Amino acid sequence: MEIGAFTFADIAVRGGVRPPQRIPELIEEIVLADEVGLDVFGIGEHHHPGFSAPAPPVILAAAAARTHRIRLTSAVTVLSSDDPVRVFEQFTALDLVSQGRAEAMVGRGALLDSFRLFGHDLQDYDALFDEKLDLLIRLRGDEPVTWQGRFRPPLDEEVILPRPVQTPLPVWVAVGGSPNSVIRAAAHGLPMVLGTVGGVAAQFAPLADLYRQALDHYDKPAQPVSMTLHGFVADTSQKAADVYFPADAELFNTAGASRGIAGMTAEHMAAKNGPGSTYAVGSPQAVIDKLLHHHEVIGHQRTMLQLAVGPLPHADIMRAIELLGTEVAPVVRAEIARREGGGDSATGVGAR
Amino acid sequence: MTALAERTVGIFGAGKSGVAIARRALDAGYGVAVATSGPAWRTDLVTRVLTPGVRAVDAAELASVAPIVVLAVPLRRLRELPLSTLAGRIVVDIMNYWEPTDGVLPDFASRAHASSLIVRAALPASARLVKTFNHIGYHEMEQLARPSGTVGRVALGVAGDDLDAVATIARFVDDLGFDPVSTGTLADSHCLQPGSPLFGADMEPAAFREALSQLASREVPA
Repeated sequence: MEIGAFTFADIAVRGGVRPPQRIPELIEEIVLADEVGLDVFGIGEHHHPGFSAPAPPVILAAAAARTHRIRLTSAVTVLSSDDPVRVFEQFTALDLVSQGRAEAMVGRGALLDSFRLFGHDLQDYDALFDEKLDLLIRLRGDEPVTWQGRFRPPLDEEVILPRPVQTPLPVWVAVGGSPNSVIRAAAHGLPMVLGTVGGVAAQFAPLADLYRQALDHYDKPAQPVSMTLHGFVADTSQKAADVYFPADAELFNTAGASRGIAGMTAEHMAAKNGPGSTYAVGSPQAVIDKLLHHHEVIGHQRTMLQLAVGPLPHADIMRAIELLGTEVAPVVRAEIARREGGGDSATGVGAR
Repeated sequence: MTALAERTVGIFGAGKSGVAIARRALDAGYGVAVATSGPAWRTDLVTRVLTPGVRAVDAAELASVAPIVVLAVPLRRLRELPLSTLAGRIVVDIMNYWEPTDGVLPDFASRAHASSLIVRAALPASARLVKTFNHIGYHEMEQLARPSGTVGRVALGVAGDDLDAVATIARFVDDLGFDPVSTGTLADSHCLQPGSPLFGADMEPAAFREALSQLASREVPA
């Protein structure tokens, strides 16, 4: 099992810090995540005043220059409103800076500000993603690309240079629980990220099964599944709850206001952290127990916690990363390796 | 219809919400049939893996196997459904007009009418439309469902113009794990839509009724 963290580089509208402070803090958080042995760190693209990372590869590249082992990914790249050629070029640059640690996690986007910003029609929501994913996959291959579609000019025998260190550049498809999105990820033969923002792990397990069966349907080789979730680690479960839930409520309210969703409170968020839930907020032992439950139910290969949310203070985020890397991850990895009766090879993210 | 057929619910759509309703209904002992716009193999795969026990049927047949039909498609796809087959059926509208995710739909955009009124106008006159389940997230539909009588059970608003249909769907809501609270007619179902304090709030019945009465008093002209 690989364990990591991700964030939208939140700058809470109320009570938070401004981007010139938050982005350097975020880079320190990624450096610490590398030092404590986390496997992966992600930054999510949003074009929204509450979040300060509309261009994740730029920030990830700064972190790449100061880290050695950790993998660096978008979480997500809103591929629907971007140009696959530019996405490939940017992540190739990140891969060259990081010497082979770049990954792109592509999705359709939950907040659709990028559609307005870049002039796309929501009626094309599915068609945009399908076409752009198809092109991105071809660009990763070794062959010159001749291609045409609806949403960008055609390509004739193009080879995008330079090439990345990794062949192919890892691309994951992020899905939010829609069965058709799961089947689409399988149709492309790409690894899948199951994004969760609540609910119980047991309700997501069938989606992982659906993905595996759909891979079979399309005669695609087995691929890893990653799970993203809201989670936080502190020295005690009380401290984790006190710090995380009010900040998490602010994240939901920042993202939900434009969607007409009623205001959330810390109590609403705490209710999401019940037994069997996807939420993993608590002491190191509580989070260990939760992540092991998730793995037992879903059987995935990677877990990423969205731990820096809303106006959560940098010092608390640093402590959470330290505890996740030093106390949670080693126990979870060892226990899963033991359960699977083999060495690390049984649990690693093999196919990319 | 046989007693079993009367306990059958048909669902248009096998997305997040359609699957969540199907699973809750199966748990509650209902027969469930699902129809989608996708190819048959995909619907079969989705139902076999995500909702074992659910019958996948053609969209044109769905209303003939179920007296209750749930509309669980994106609102922009409404008019692609075989709506004429819904004559005489109890139809449950769990959809929302949600510009941030659906874009602008001209006939819904004025907001002068509750979205369910526009849905009702698209249905045969004899269809009996009830709005509910639209204001709870699909995660919470499975996480917060509780048996009747459980302390702290979450309330769901039920709106409709046909009182028998509202009563039937109130029982359905109760069977699926939530406390039904009647919120009045479809014309008044703004209270369940995005932007309302009830939308996504997951309230217990007392708090739900309190918020509802505050909304009602606010709407009385000064």
